[in-house]
Amino acid sequence: MSAAHGHAAEQGHEPVFVGETLAELERRFADYPTKQALLLPALWMVQERRGWISEQAIGEVAQVLGLTPAYVKGVVTFYTMYHTHPVGRHFIQVCTTSPCGLCGAEETMQAILRHSGCGELGATSADGRFTVIEVECLGACGFPTPVLIDDDFIESVTPETVPALLERYR
Amino acid sequence: MADELVSVTIEGATVSVPKGMTIIEAAKQAGILIPHYCYHPSLPSPAVCRMCLVEVEKAPKLLPACVTTVTDGQVVHVNSPVAKKAREAVLEFLLINHPLDCPICDQSGECELQDYTFQEGRAGTRYAEYAKRYNPVEEFGPDVLYVANRCILCTRCVRFMDDVAQTPVLNVSERGDRAFIGISPEQTLDHAWSGNVVDLCPVGSLLSKDFLHKARAWDLDKAPSICPGCTQGCNISVETRDEVVVRLKPRPNLEVNRHFMCDYGRLDYRWMNRGDRIEAPLLRQGDRLTAVDWDVALDALGTLVRSAGSTVILASGRASVESLGLVRRLAGSGRVTAAIRVPVGEEVPLAGIPNLALRRERVPNLHGAAMLGYGQEWGAALEAATRADLVILLDLQLGDDEARVLAPSAGKLVVLGTAISSIDRTAELVLPVTSMAEENGVYVNRDRRAQRYHQARPAPGMARPAWWVAGEVLAGQGPDRDAPSTAAEAFDLVASAFDAFAGMRHADLGFSGRILGAQAGAAR
Amino acid sequence: MGYPHPSHPKENPVLSKHFGDPAARTYAGWVDRGGYQGLRKALGMSREALIEEIKASGLRGRGGAGFPTGLKWSFMPKDDGKPHYLVCNADESEPGTFKDREIMRWTPHALIEGCALASYAIAAERCYIYIRGEFTEPWQVMTRAVEEAYANGVLGKNALGSGHRIDITLHRGAGAYICGEETALMNSIEGKRGNPRIKPPFPAVAGLFGMPTTINNVETLAATPHIVLQGAAWYKGLCLGNPKSTGTKLVSVCGHVQRPGNYEITMGTPMKELIYDMCGGMRPGRTLKAVIPGGSSVPIMTAEEAESCITDYEGIVEKGSMLGSAGMIVMDDSADMVYQIWRLARFYAHESCAQCTQCREGTAWTTRILERILAGKGREADFQLLLDLSEQMTGKTICVLSDSCAAPIVSGIQKFRGEFEAYMSGARRPALATAL
Repeated sequence: MSAAHGHAAEQGHEPVFVGETLAELERRFADYPTKQALLLPALWMVQERRGWISEQAIGEVAQVLGLTPAYVKGVVTFYTMYHTHPVGRHFIQVCTTSPCGLCGAEETMQAILRHSGCGELGATSADGRFTVIEVECLGACGFPTPVLIDDDFIESVTPETVPALLERYR
Repeated sequence: MADELVSVTIEGATVSVPKGMTIIEAAKQAGILIPHYCYHPSLPSPAVCRMCLVEVEKAPKLLPACVTTVTDGQVVHVNSPVAKKAREAVLEFLLINHPLDCPICDQSGECELQDYTFQEGRAGTRYAEYAKRYNPVEEFGPDVLYVANRCILCTRCVRFMDDVAQTPVLNVSERGDRAFIGISPEQTLDHAWSGNVVDLCPVGSLLSKDFLHKARAWDLDKAPSICPGCTQGCNISVETRDEVVVRLKPRPNLEVNRHFMCDYGRLDYRWMNRGDRIEAPLLRQGDRLTAVDWDVALDALGTLVRSAGSTVILASGRASVESLGLVRRLAGSGRVTAAIRVPVGEEVPLAGIPNLALRRERVPNLHGAAMLGYGQEWGAALEAATRADLVILLDLQLGDDEARVLAPSAGKLVVLGTAISSIDRTAELVLPVTSMAEENGVYVNRDRRAQRYHQARPAPGMARPAWWVAGEVLAGQGPDRDAPSTAAEAFDLVASAFDAFAGMRHADLGFSGRILGAQAGAAR
Repeated sequence: MGYPHPSHPKENPVLSKHFGDPAARTYAGWVDRGGYQGLRKALGMSREALIEEIKASGLRGRGGAGFPTGLKWSFMPKDDGKPHYLVCNADESEPGTFKDREIMRWTPHALIEGCALASYAIAAERCYIYIRGEFTEPWQVMTRAVEEAYANGVLGKNALGSGHRIDITLHRGAGAYICGEETALMNSIEGKRGNPRIKPPFPAVAGLFGMPTTINNVETLAATPHIVLQGAAWYKGLCLGNPKSTGTKLVSVCGHVQRPGNYEITMGTPMKELIYDMCGGMRPGRTLKAVIPGGSSVPIMTAEEAESCITDYEGIVEKGSMLGSAGMIVMDDSADMVYQIWRLARFYAHESCAQCTQCREGTAWTTRILERILAGKGREADFQLLLDLSEQMTGKTICVLSDSCAAPIVSGIQKFRGEFEAYMSGARRPALATAL
């Protein structure tokens, strides 16, 4: 058991790769010479549909791509955007790397932690609405502070604009 | 051209090596060990530990010797100040998160981190005030523990499972200094060859539960041997502490098992330590077996053999070429049936290595026995035993059914045995012989490769190798008797008597054996 | 243009001409603006002539290494019967760099055009564009544009009626800086951990899926149709400094300037003009302290070095740093250099792939030392320790991530030693509450 390293299991996993989702994955096989190359796309498909990637989902991805669960898990844990635990309904990533850090990202992040009710990084707010993490360089250094909420990329967030921004995400 | 040679100078020694060889292997030819962790000759090289960085003249920076191939005229410095400093730094980096728990670590004494640190590491740490990385110990499989804190992320274990076992159940999880070797909770490291990851681990991160805290490496005595588990003939080391076998380890032989052995063979050694041994020759006197000395016992054996018109030899496939051969000769030229018992199991190949498997036939000397006239028709041989004048059991632990079949043979039974067995009570003569762990000998594997094994622990009591017993009787009494006194002499005697071994001498076998029928020197 | 600001007269907008113009995003809009003419012309040329044209233009890789693009293309084997691949590196993750993002957001067809052109040049039938996972908007824009390109016959089995098959597949990253390293990126596409590979073999011999592969940056590829259309001589002529640096360059300027943004300059433009004229200089009352000119991985320049620097490959090397990806991080006198260097080291420690010992352990260790200094517990011996570790993290590993961590540390100690000493002596209040 690798539970010591804290990858969460899921109660009653419903297969992701059935019906149209499976068909979509299979359509994409044509774009690559190996099935393994579909690993990152398949993991994205799981996360888009389930919000996170459980141990059971890893097993399922391994099976549809002809890989082993251990192999898939090694890949999942390499990439920071895959969630190995359930997260809030809205996942907030705040860039605090040097260029943004120079321009007040730290304050923006504190404001987001406060207004989201998360209190600390990595935690989910009591109402299950938000999870906030600090992220390394979002690649929009000219627009400090960039914040990624789910798939929405928001530029130039300041502590002042945080409350109105979070209001948009119920 | 595969055979094209290039000339390289490594630490001042110039060697000629095949083009395409890596610097690390070329250095071995020059007698120089380049320190390394991730490199292993039986695994793909990822060049990640960066321990084997060497200075190559005209190269702009240090190069990893494990993946850099030699070029003609290349000049390599392994111990230049820059190279040594780089190694010292790698050691320092590896040690910042490595616990100083050598006193309780099984690897201590055979740890490559310990060895190289002692050899050329810094005396003190500069990483004083920080906590070391901590991860809990995990159970990877039935016999493998992972002590994450000691791990140096060389990834040999992962590559073994990926590329050699071709069953990827291990991974590198996370990244940066948070990385560790992971496993899926849906899987376990129970592959039939998984014990090799423990051998491959250069530090004490992967441990055998079977060997856990059993011995310190420096207290072990090691005897080169051949695995008695199947017909593959993997080269092994039988390791004892205070004359007790505590583990078996693979010993490299690129032609037979490369650097590996299977778990079945690895863990099947407890019988070598059995305490219920026949310790003295026992001769039937009336309805009792009485302990006698060897002179009396050998005389009795000679008499029994000479008076027998028909003889059946039932032998273990673990018996050596020497013992099988001389016992067969002892039985003479009359009506003789000789057979070995061959337990069978599932064949389990090691996918990434051609011609390496745990074989179906689970005895080491099936092919040697066959060449010496021992059949495998066990049922027929047992049945023949009931009608023979004399039945010789050679190191055989009989099952209840077999003992029942042999019951009518009471009174004409000679046991050359190791462990005490109920059938001994019906024998005329019971002679204590050594097990393969207690003698020198030769096995012939499935590829007709004759390979030597060496004594790993002392023989109990008065036990002698079976070849000695047979050899003494065959030599008779006269002043010109020439009974073999060593396994080597016994082998040469057998070789001169059996066509299959014609032309082979014990001295030819060397460290990695020789294929029978092949020209001397054709097989290394 | 210095998106999001209006174009500055000293800029030379070629790639950035349509930044901020939503109409340029569509196929029709792109064609209206002269799009796909470069590709059409290229498809009418022989592969050899096309590669020669790019070689003659002097175009060099815009991702950071500055390798001549035409030469790279010419390394691809000819008529070897194997599938060839083009990979577009759109994993822009170098702190301070945000130019490729704008190319994809505003001119997705410029990138598609460049990809198709390069695919043809190297005889690749398939191009993968690897877009970092965080770039959600560029991903959406590119997805639409690729669909449109297929719908209009630009891509597919008969690209622009040329008889050549050119397919483009977008591949999404998932959060790993190191995947911007070309061999790590190829591993990532193959469904592996983004571990950099040992070279050799080089991608042109055995790259993606073990096949001959060329990998180019977004900006590099986007520049190629312009070169084909307007000629190598035109591009080569875009040069104010060293003749080895030609064309225009998008420079992402961020940090303490009045108008951060992407500025497209002619190679050789003085950095002083870029910082003070185009970006509006420092905020009122502030003075320039330092510039990291090529993304976070290059040595830090002092104000004096920056102000006398020519912005091209050679000019910045002359001042002891590198053009890199041209992500320029500008710091004024309010910047705490020790803190900034620590923050960069932390970034690299977070992003190390864990393969090489020096990088895995060294990036984390140097981060901790800097953290301790910031907590007021530094000591004189830390300088030597940091320099020792940096030396061992430079030129020793498979890729240059640990070199990148070391570069700002070494240059920071050389050029701003006093700031470290202020923390050590207590002259400066600890910036971090706890270090250990």
